[in-house]
Amino acid sequence: MPRSEKIWLTLSFGIIMGFMLIVGYQAFALELGPPSHKETIDPQKVDETAPFDNPGVFQTGDNEYEVVMVLQAFSYTPHEIEVPAGAKVTFTLTTKDVIHGFQIARTNVNAMVVPGHIQKITQTFKEPGEYLVLCNEYCGIGHQIMGTTITVK
Amino acid sequence: MTTVNVGASERSLKQKVEQALGVVAEDAKLSKSYMTVAFIALLIGGFLGLFQGLERAGLIQLPSWFTYYQVLTAHGILLVLVLTAFFTIGYFYAGLSQVLGGILPHVRRMAWIGFWLKIVGFVCAVIPIIMNDATVMFTFYPPMAASPLFYIGLALIVIGVWMCAFGAFINVATWRKQNPGKQIPIFAFFATGVFVLLFFGSIGVTIEVIMLIFWSAGILETINVMVSRTLFWSFGHTLVNIWYLTAVSAWYTIVPKIIGGRRFSDTLTRVVVILLVITNIPGGFHHQIVDPGMGEALKYMHVFMSLAIGFPSLMTAYAMFSVFERTGRLKGGKGLLGWFKKLPWGDVRFLAPFIAMAAFAPAGAGGIAQTTNQLNQVVHNTLWVVGHFHLTVGTSVVLTFFGISYWLIPHISKRVLTPQMNRIGIIQTIIWTVGMLFMSGAMHYVGLLGSPRRTSYTTYGDHAVALGWDPYMILLAIGGTLLIVGVIIQVYAVFNMMFFAPKGKTEFPIAETEEEPQGKKPALWADRWGLWIVLMLLVVSMGYVIPLVDMIVNAPPGSPPIRTW
Repeated sequence: MPRSEKIWLTLSFGIIMGFMLIVGYQAFALELGPPSHKETIDPQKVDETAPFDNPGVFQTGDNEYEVVMVLQAFSYTPHEIEVPAGAKVTFTLTTKDVIHGFQIARTNVNAMVVPGHIQKITQTFKEPGEYLVLCNEYCGIGHQIMGTTITVK
Repeated sequence: MTTVNVGASERSLKQKVEQALGVVAEDAKLSKSYMTVAFIALLIGGFLGLFQGLERAGLIQLPSWFTYYQVLTAHGILLVLVLTAFFTIGYFYAGLSQVLGGILPHVRRMAWIGFWLKIVGFVCAVIPIIMNDATVMFTFYPPMAASPLFYIGLALIVIGVWMCAFGAFINVATWRKQNPGKQIPIFAFFATGVFVLLFFGSIGVTIEVIMLIFWSAGILETINVMVSRTLFWSFGHTLVNIWYLTAVSAWYTIVPKIIGGRRFSDTLTRVVVILLVITNIPGGFHHQIVDPGMGEALKYMHVFMSLAIGFPSLMTAYAMFSVFERTGRLKGGKGLLGWFKKLPWGDVRFLAPFIAMAAFAPAGAGGIAQTTNQLNQVVHNTLWVVGHFHLTVGTSVVLTFFGISYWLIPHISKRVLTPQMNRIGIIQTIIWTVGMLFMSGAMHYVGLLGSPRRTSYTTYGDHAVALGWDPYMILLAIGGTLLIVGVIIQVYAVFNMMFFAPKGKTEFPIAETEEEPQGKKPALWADRWGLWIVLMLLVVSMGYVIPLVDMIVNAPPGSPPIRTW
């Protein structure tokens, strides 16, 4: 193996390991890991199961909120959410029918919402504005209209 | 008595001539049939892609009897399954016929049975798509339920592919028995790797599809959605990596011959194949990085398993440029980059795969980015991902396939590539490259801005963010329009070379290896496929046993079939 190849492969290996270290540091030390909530629910009994029997926005602390949200073809409940700027918002999500996506455009909020599972994701909204929430997993004929907004004041 | 003898010797003479001409007529017919289906799929799938691009940009509206989502489902199946599978099998069987001294008669029969199983399966899958009874995309995530016929079709396609895989194994094994102490020819080595992955990679999805048949037919009441999704992705990403490995086989074995050089170290080439086979299957897990129901530690391990596939690709990058430099210098290229000018840029058989390789640099980097946890979260299910696989599959793989077609089609048709056709090929390659730059570039960027994939034209009630995507959608549509021009030229070129080009001999160009040090023994250990398969299965178990057991043991109540279209 020529010397240049050894250098190249060492660099390649180093880059991959560097990626691993950074990803691991971010995921476990900075708690920036991907949404990975492990809690299940009967997908046919969402409306009767707490907390999804009462979806809505709830204040849980000093400028901390929980949004309990039910997804179904082709809407989000509650629709139209309003929180103050700087609020730390935890979204607790499940779906009544097929797989849906929960993405807030121009943020890093992006999660799959799978029937039978409860998904959680947290975001601090620093900038005021009207954020676009959209479904990014094909869910049927009205998939393109499945969206809502979060108003941060 | 004499006449019979003459007849027999004439026949054997005919066979010898065929051998010398480099193609066995019956094997050529098999490959030609596979190629014909592949390029018809490209033509239809290409037009469906154009319609989507134009609809996505808001320029046309698809009719209610053939919706955007039906078009998208058909486009995916035609291009990521039919074009690629038929091309790959036709190409490898043509090469196996070449390097193993012909396809065995019973293997040829298996390949034909596989051919018809795939065709019947494809027809079964397409009927419900056209009837709007299977508008579920080629990923068919439950609990969206298509007609059972759709899943039966998919199962038949898989069995058809398995027939070809087993055929290839039998042919290679027979050759080894007849040639003790010899290395498997490098091209057959690549073919073995590809068919090993095709078989083992599709076992998970086959289990899923069989469950879905019963579930959609009402025999099973509910389905475990996460298990289905996980089984699907154990196959989904392996599949695209198989098409990539097919392209890589041409980069290592064919391209050096076309530029008049020798191929890269035989041993290291085999190591790359082995690594790609062993590490491949768990790589698909990164499609589930933002899924619920599995912990962060598991997802982190899978980042490593996905990134591991990057290493053999980086080895390949070195190998390719090493071959190019050496060949360019032998041809008199001087200085730091003089060798680069000596490469045959006017030869489509080189230009197309070269651009394909070059495209893999950004495509692979993008892949490494989106396979890592946090970065994946930024782009998951956005148009970025669509841009990514149009650069990997749509450019690195497909442009290599196009480049192959300019010698493979003449080879199996006993015709030649004319200078005019070469020129057409160069133009086609440039159009394809520019089209993909527009389309894939726009998709990557607008994906970063949040535009979702698999979504027909929408402004989400004229939301400012969504309106900001529109200019990029126009670029996407321009790219798509250029690409359909490329498709038409390519399909014309293939059928012209198959039926109308001047008759003659075209070789199947496999390069000789670079000179090995004196007295170095061939790396026979590399041919121990049993061992590589065991290692592969160990890696698969590492990746999948824990999450699958967890998903089954801690499963929520399942989901009934649902139709939302």
